[in-house]
Amino acid sequence: MAVFHKTKDLTSKPFHYCPGCTHGIVHRLVAEAIEEFGVSEKTIGIAPVGCSVFAYDYFNFDMAEAAHGRAPAMATGIKRVHPDCLVFCYQGDGDLASIGTAETVHAACRGENITIIFINNGIYGMTGGQMAPTTIMGQKATTCPNGRSGINGYPIKICEMLATQEGTYYAERVSTHNVKQVLNAKRAIKKALKNQIDKKGFSIVEVLTNCPTNWHMSPQDSLKYIEEKVILYYPLGIFKDKDAEVKNA
Amino acid sequence: MARQLIKGNEAIAEAAVRSGCRYYFGYPITPQSEIPEYMSARLSEVGGTFIQAESEISAINMVYGAAAAGGRAMTSSSSPGISLKQEGISYIAASDVPCVIVNVMRAGPGLGGIQPSQGDYFQAVKGGGHGDYKLIVYAPSSVQEAADYTYKAFDVADKYRIPVMILCDGLLGQMMEGVELPPMRDLSALPKKDWALRGWDRNGPRRIINSLRIQPDELERYIDGLYKKYDAIRQNEIEVEEYLCDDAEIILAAYGIVARICKGAILKLRKMGIKAGLIRPITLFPFPEDTFAMHAEKGSVKKFVSVELSKGQMIEDVRLAIGGKKPVAFYGRTGGNVMNEDDVASFIAGGK
Amino acid sequence: MTKAKIDGEACKGCGLCVGACPKKIISLSKSKINRQGYFPAEITDIEACIGCALCAVMCPDVCIEVE
Repeated sequence: MAVFHKTKDLTSKPFHYCPGCTHGIVHRLVAEAIEEFGVSEKTIGIAPVGCSVFAYDYFNFDMAEAAHGRAPAMATGIKRVHPDCLVFCYQGDGDLASIGTAETVHAACRGENITIIFINNGIYGMTGGQMAPTTIMGQKATTCPNGRSGINGYPIKICEMLATQEGTYYAERVSTHNVKQVLNAKRAIKKALKNQIDKKGFSIVEVLTNCPTNWHMSPQDSLKYIEEKVILYYPLGIFKDKDAEVKNA
Repeated sequence: MARQLIKGNEAIAEAAVRSGCRYYFGYPITPQSEIPEYMSARLSEVGGTFIQAESEISAINMVYGAAAAGGRAMTSSSSPGISLKQEGISYIAASDVPCVIVNVMRAGPGLGGIQPSQGDYFQAVKGGGHGDYKLIVYAPSSVQEAADYTYKAFDVADKYRIPVMILCDGLLGQMMEGVELPPMRDLSALPKKDWALRGWDRNGPRRIINSLRIQPDELERYIDGLYKKYDAIRQNEIEVEEYLCDDAEIILAAYGIVARICKGAILKLRKMGIKAGLIRPITLFPFPEDTFAMHAEKGSVKKFVSVELSKGQMIEDVRLAIGGKKPVAFYGRTGGNVMNEDDVASFIAGGK
Repeated sequence: MTKAKIDGEACKGCGLCVGACPKKIISLSKSKINRQGYFPAEITDIEACIGCALCAVMCPDVCIEVE
């Protein structure tokens, strides 16, 4: 009896991600969660522009490829045509928090019954390591070679911001820097997907992830960097959970 | 069937609903805000979805999603908003996804003005968005045509799996005329879309709606396929009106509201003894090149005059079509100004 | 007995499993290079493996099965 077996909701295509990139972990968690809920046959995923632009090759669902930043808008259109399908967006920090900020915020404000998995690694991986809106102060990137400072403005906090909006049902920030965090991330991802299945509204899980290549670190060191540095600016936790509000009412 | 007095924008919206459009995503902009306003009330009556999106960019991407999922989806805007949609339109065209986009043109460039213009011909017909692709573009000339071609657009879009644009101007959008609206379509009679996203039930292949083809050979093959599609569209979908061309010595070229103005000018010119006629393209893509070429061959035809609410955009396609055989002059107004019949008639009579 | 099994050819030698294993019985090979050009992870003492699957949880390339 298998204790751990590859989920059937990932295809057999090997990931093209860099060695140690936690994209692979999060893809697996999302696919496992959907398989565990038994809704694989009614799932439609939307891939972003970024390292995970080929996500449609990895997730074993009907998939759409959105324009950069526009996945929540595309998801809105898809969900309105198929309200009984599980519709999820998988987006990086440039896609969701830079060019796509308006689409992200307004999908939340409209209370769209979709799930967004937000991969926050504080850098633009696919295009070679430029600064992201979530790059933390002091971190170096190709467009802030001396390290991010005041002239680059401040990193944007998506969970905190969306939590202030009435339409946001659930917003939680999790991490992938060790096994305990990965298992916790899976719990949050399952909750975010279950909220949609239960027709509760807009759910987002912000996942702190790494980029060993563009952070110029080994995979193990990159996980330490998240644990010791990134979390100081991007604390983990639940920022909004209407389930809890209902319970406490 | 009863005729009713209806505003252009509203006729377009109602015709879309009757054609089976159940998903409208748009944003207010003068002179087409009546379209989202009308849809916000009408779609809930037929169980459809209306969203006032946060921007025109978001709206076109909502259309992309709804259409990718198999719905008849539409957006509308006016010139600057259509500029915003260009990336999305390119993606939709590059995914073989059908949809309808309505542009109620206003004066540009930039924020421009709110009065009518035809300054978006290049944007509509020559691309607008990046890459090698085309839209089918209908240019109605009356509120009746605006309704009829919007109704037809959804069928043509589905048939070829292509975005279709209704290219109007602010005058048509705002004016009221008597219209016989087309009948409400039975949605269950629409053909099934075996390519649309629905949740893979493991029957048949998994469906992916995507415009990324990173291998050059694959992308080139795909584009060749697009252009074979456009060849078929050229064969089957050209629509054009020839007005008093049989004995014409001067042939006007005009579309949309300007074509109506030209018809009035032609009647005045004929009274003056000038044999003028009009070629009115109804499809701007595919362009009725052969009609222009045929008339250019005639010994009786002395010249063409392109009349547009722009600095001259369709005139380039007129010149291309007639291959230098006859001279082509131009008369146009911009800024939101609209010429009248006398303006056109005196320009032509003045012999320019 | 539930044991972990690593697909060495799929492995990218990232080492995340090495840090995850509570028994410290996974290490990257120092001599073997797989077809992709990486030094793959190997279980050095399969007897000591308790089948906890934490290595599989941490593997970004789904190279590890536990059964």
